[in-house]
Amino acid sequence: MQDVIEQWQKQIANAAESKRHLRIRGGGSKDFYGRKIDGEPLDTSPYSGIVSYEPSELVVTARAGTTLAELEGTLAERNQVLPFEPPHFGAATVGGCVAAGLSGPRRMRAGPLRDFVLGAQLLDGSGSLLNFGGQVMKNVAGYDISRLLAGGLGTLGVITEVSLKVLPGPQYEQTQRLSAGLDEAEGLLRDWSGKPLPISATLWAAGELHVRLSGAESAVLLAAKGIGGETLQQSSAKILWQQLREQELPFFVSSGTPLWRLALPASAALASDGAINEGELLLEWNGQQCWWRTALSEETVRNFAATAGGHATLFRGGDRSGDVFTPLGGAMLSLHQRLKNEFDPAGVFNPGRMYPTL
Amino acid sequence: MTFSNDSHFETRTGDLIPSLQAILSDDSLVIGEEPMRPYECDGLTVYRETPVAVAIPESEAQVIAVLKLCHELGVPVVPRGAGTGLSGGALPHSQGVLLSMTKMKSIVRLDPKNQLAVVQPGVRNLAISEAAQPYGLYYAPDPSSQIACTIGGNVAENSGGVHCLKYGLTVHNVVRARVVLMDGEIVELGSEAPDSPGLDLLALFVGSEGLLGVVTEVTVKLIPSPESARIVMASFDNTTDAADAVAAIISAGVIPAGLEMMDQATSAAVEPFVNAGYDLDAAAILLAESDGTSEEVDAEIAQIEALLQQCGARSLKVSTSEQQRLLFWAGRKAAFPAIGRISPDYYCMDGTIPRRRLGEMLSAISEMETKYGLRCANVFHAGDGNLHPLIMFDANVDGEVERAEQFGAEILELSVAFGGSITGEHGVGAEKINQMCVQYNAEELERFHSIKRAFDPQGLLNPGKAIPTLHRCAEYGAMIVHGGDLPFPELPRF
Repeated sequence: MQDVIEQWQKQIANAAESKRHLRIRGGGSKDFYGRKIDGEPLDTSPYSGIVSYEPSELVVTARAGTTLAELEGTLAERNQVLPFEPPHFGAATVGGCVAAGLSGPRRMRAGPLRDFVLGAQLLDGSGSLLNFGGQVMKNVAGYDISRLLAGGLGTLGVITEVSLKVLPGPQYEQTQRLSAGLDEAEGLLRDWSGKPLPISATLWAAGELHVRLSGAESAVLLAAKGIGGETLQQSSAKILWQQLREQELPFFVSSGTPLWRLALPASAALASDGAINEGELLLEWNGQQCWWRTALSEETVRNFAATAGGHATLFRGGDRSGDVFTPLGGAMLSLHQRLKNEFDPAGVFNPGRMYPTL
Repeated sequence: MTFSNDSHFETRTGDLIPSLQAILSDDSLVIGEEPMRPYECDGLTVYRETPVAVAIPESEAQVIAVLKLCHELGVPVVPRGAGTGLSGGALPHSQGVLLSMTKMKSIVRLDPKNQLAVVQPGVRNLAISEAAQPYGLYYAPDPSSQIACTIGGNVAENSGGVHCLKYGLTVHNVVRARVVLMDGEIVELGSEAPDSPGLDLLALFVGSEGLLGVVTEVTVKLIPSPESARIVMASFDNTTDAADAVAAIISAGVIPAGLEMMDQATSAAVEPFVNAGYDLDAAAILLAESDGTSEEVDAEIAQIEALLQQCGARSLKVSTSEQQRLLFWAGRKAAFPAIGRISPDYYCMDGTIPRRRLGEMLSAISEMETKYGLRCANVFHAGDGNLHPLIMFDANVDGEVERAEQFGAEILELSVAFGGSITGEHGVGAEKINQMCVQYNAEELERFHSIKRAFDPQGLLNPGKAIPTLHRCAEYGAMIVHGGDLPFPELPRF
């Protein structure tokens, strides 16, 4: 495996010297995500394999090219999971998963991907192989660079290896289905979130609210009684949440209209703004992750999200050469540029993937 | 004793005091050696330094004005919360301004509906939970100093606590920080939304030990208080069995709210203090807490009891009342002061190790006790591998300070060799700056410096702490080669 690293180091040095761009790519499952960029591929898939897995320490270390399927399969043998339930979108790799920073349905309970990053190995713009963080739960020595890399879209370098905190899989799960309009669903979700209920995922679309409960069987059954509605069969519940995570539900089938992702504070009340009716809507995470398929202009969507206290990302479709992510303000943008210049002075890694000037 | 801070500045301090007087009211500016004495150290009292002035701003506008002024004059600034930190992170700089944030202590907004609190940096950790308590909510991270330490300091240090195995560290519980950079610019990191556009600078900022910016407002998550909490206390004939029991609990899929271990030296020291009924013949005592709904807690406690028994616990006690639960915890929480009662001085270490190496680590520490002729008591956040060896010494006995320092350094270096870290929650600060040279190589340290440059190009914020210069490491490297026979014995190091 050392030869792969050496080959990448040469590729990075050559690119820096000849001022060419590299496009870091694992399984290619998220080629659609971020801004469209050119560049010579740096393929992480050959650098794969689980380096170590200690179930009793709740930590797994894997090389960037390891597929999520392989990793989650290994964890499942010991009844452990990646708590943030990441989407695969095909042959996703561990490196791409961390670089994209996307979390799935369980994020509302377990926390985002970056919370579970314990350590990372990075190739920076000078080709140095660097280790940050480690395999222990608590480590405050030095800046937390491994968490900075989560969701960084390869802007700062090539993630070659990652250590992730894992957790026991849920003891018991059950999914309830209720009929509820948007207004009513938002009210119910708000009520429930103030109580210590074991809700691990929510889905609202087209007048139906699905709630997944996870935990000790007794606690799940008690909570299900309080929430009410109809209980889904275990097998169909499993398929539902998997299809949601993988964006395979009919809502996500492309119609040519752009798909926006809005990340919103808990205080947002979507039903109170009529603009939301311009298009189709699917809500996760207690309504804090809002998928909006709409033909409204970028400006309108961004303003809508900003007014609600959140931000909007052009997730799929639309103009991939414009501002896909919400533009940063002056001080933040220059901070980003300074960090980019420090990690990757020649600007070889994924330039333009996140922002035009990064 | 002084810390040899290797950062020096060409400052223009002549204008400093009058300019500070123009920004701050009289009682917000402390000058003169005697009035500044309370600020000369933090919780790590062996290092003391006198700053040029202590500024205690009352508003964000004053923070900005002070930072802009110092930026212009090239004067270093050391931010400080309550000064409870244990690594000398808030140790003043002899050429600089100490920026105390304790006057900015308002709870700006408590939002029980959305389970958030917006607070100023000087608000005490426990005050947040107290304010949230009427709504059945609390702020989860509970460092042992929570009665006094401030949220701004918690953000700087990424503080933990006994419940962080289940509820996470500060980084997991803070959603937004408003930060003033050294040049006076304001940036908002994170938000109340689940994520924010751009790089995750909030994750980078938490735990940056006051080197990247000054927090003026923090938004934290509140969570519903558990309906019920109970604790199991188990005693073991040897520490290996106790460590195996910890692994068995986690492997069985149980994540206790707290999972703590004390060795015999610690329980012997704390029992006269708290009368918790600890088994003083046991080599190790394990405390495992479960919280949640009553049903969940009953089920989990039964599971934990069975696992502990299988792992050879010699006796088990389960708390039957809230009073008893707090009593079982009392000893663990009183460990540091109890050691302080039986030894004139003690040196608290903070390494983390993969849990499976605990047995080896404790044997090694026991050998080091003989080697250095000093006693050591061990308390352990067992669930997350964070070990606090308390090395006992007497500073008035010639050579004991140096032996304690070498003892501590050897523990930290062994933690790194075991795949762990030199600090789990106390921070590097001034104290562990040399050990950073062991944990990271020159290229990695250079990357840390490059982050510092991006935030603070002149390097004026809390200089000389947390990340060692390569020059310092080169000197320390020379010391490691010589092992116990340190050169420059006249140099103050702790």
